[in-house]
Amino acid sequence: MNPGKTGAGWVDPALEAEFPGLALMTRGCPGPVAADPGVTERLDAVASRVRGRTAVEMRRETVPAAYRAFYRQVGLEPDVEMTPVEAAIGRRLFDGGVKARGPLQSALELAVLETSAPVYALEAGALEGSPGIRPAAAEEEVAGAEGFPERSPGRLVVADEAGPLCWLFGEAHGRGAASVSSPALMLVTVGVPGVSPMVLDEALDIASGALGV
Amino acid sequence: MEVLLEADVRRRAEPAPTGLVAADESGARRALRGQLARLESQIADTVCAAFPEVLDLPALPARRQARILDLGELEEVRDRLAGQLGEARRRLANVARRQEEARVRLERMLMDPAGNRGERISQRELGEPGCGVWRVAPRMGIIGRMMGWWQVKLSSGCPLAT
Repeated sequence: MNPGKTGAGWVDPALEAEFPGLALMTRGCPGPVAADPGVTERLDAVASRVRGRTAVEMRRETVPAAYRAFYRQVGLEPDVEMTPVEAAIGRRLFDGGVKARGPLQSALELAVLETSAPVYALEAGALEGSPGIRPAAAEEEVAGAEGFPERSPGRLVVADEAGPLCWLFGEAHGRGAASVSSPALMLVTVGVPGVSPMVLDEALDIASGALGV
Repeated sequence: MEVLLEADVRRRAEPAPTGLVAADESGARRALRGQLARLESQIADTVCAAFPEVLDLPALPARRQARILDLGELEEVRDRLAGQLGEARRRLANVARRQEEARVRLERMLMDPAGNRGERISQRELGEPGCGVWRVAPRMGIIGRMMGWWQVKLSSGCPLAT
C-alpha cells in the first residue's frame, strides 16, 4: 500500500466487456483515524446547500444519473435500493442535517456528497492483493450487516485474491471491515460507465484529505 | 429444384456458430442497457418537470442484488421502465391540467374579486415555489366587507423556521 497514491483495482474481464467504464480505484491511507472538527464543519456547509429540489433534480446531473442508470442495468431499483449519493442526500433531508457517525463515516459521507461518487474504507492489513469487482462464485459467502454470512452466486462483489470482501455498493462487515482504530486503511471508490476517472480521483482526494492525508 | 430447397432447409436448420450467437446477444444486451439509460433519463426529466409536485411513482419490483442481467431480464426491466415512463407522463399531464385550472381561477379572482369571495389558491396549486396563498379579502377589514370592497391578496409565504 502506498499512502496518498491512487491505484487502479481490477474488473472481471467478462464484467468489463458488459460494462466498459466500470472501474474500481483505491488509495492507501494511514490509520488510526482521528476526529477532525473541520470535517464536521464542511459537512454542515454541504448539508446547508441541500434542499428538496436538490434531491429531485440531482437525478438529472451526469454523475448521479450514471449511477441510477447502472443500478437499473444490474437489476437494482434505485428508488428502493438508493444510489450512494441519493442515500446520503436522503439521510440529510430526513435528519435535518448531516449526523456525525464518527470521523471515518464523516469523511466518506463528505466525499459522496461533494462528488456523488461513493467511497468505502477497507482495512488494508486484511487484504490480499489488490481489490476488484467480479460476480460471486457459487460457494462464496459475504458477511452481511448482522454478521451472518450470505450466499448469492452471480451477485457482484468487491473481492481480493482471498475472496469476496463485500457486495458491490455495500460496506464490508467481515474480513476487510475498517474502523477508526484500523492501523491502515484502503479507500475504495467504484466508478460506473459515464463517470469520469477524475470524479473518482476527486472523491478519493476529499475522503483521504478529510482523514488527514 | 427440390434439391435446392432441401439444401436451403438444411442450411437454416444448422445452428449458428456459438461465437456469433454470443456476439449477437452481447450486442443486444448493450442496446438494451442503452435503452434503460435513456428511459431512466426521460423519467428523471418528467419527475423534475413536475417539481414541486411529487409524482410519487410506484417503485418497480427488483432483486436488490446487483448482477449481470440476461437478455430476458433486461427486456423485462426495459418494459417496466417504459410503463413507468408512461405513468409518469400521465401524472405530469394531470398536474399540468390542475395547474392550468388554478391559473384560470386566479385570473377570474383578479378580474372579479367580489364575485369570487372566499376563493383561495396556493402557490403550490399554481406550480410555483413557496407557501404563499392568493385569496380574496375585504379591503380595510370590516368596512370593506360592508361596502363590498374586495381585493385579491397574496399571503407573505412560509412561516419562519423555529
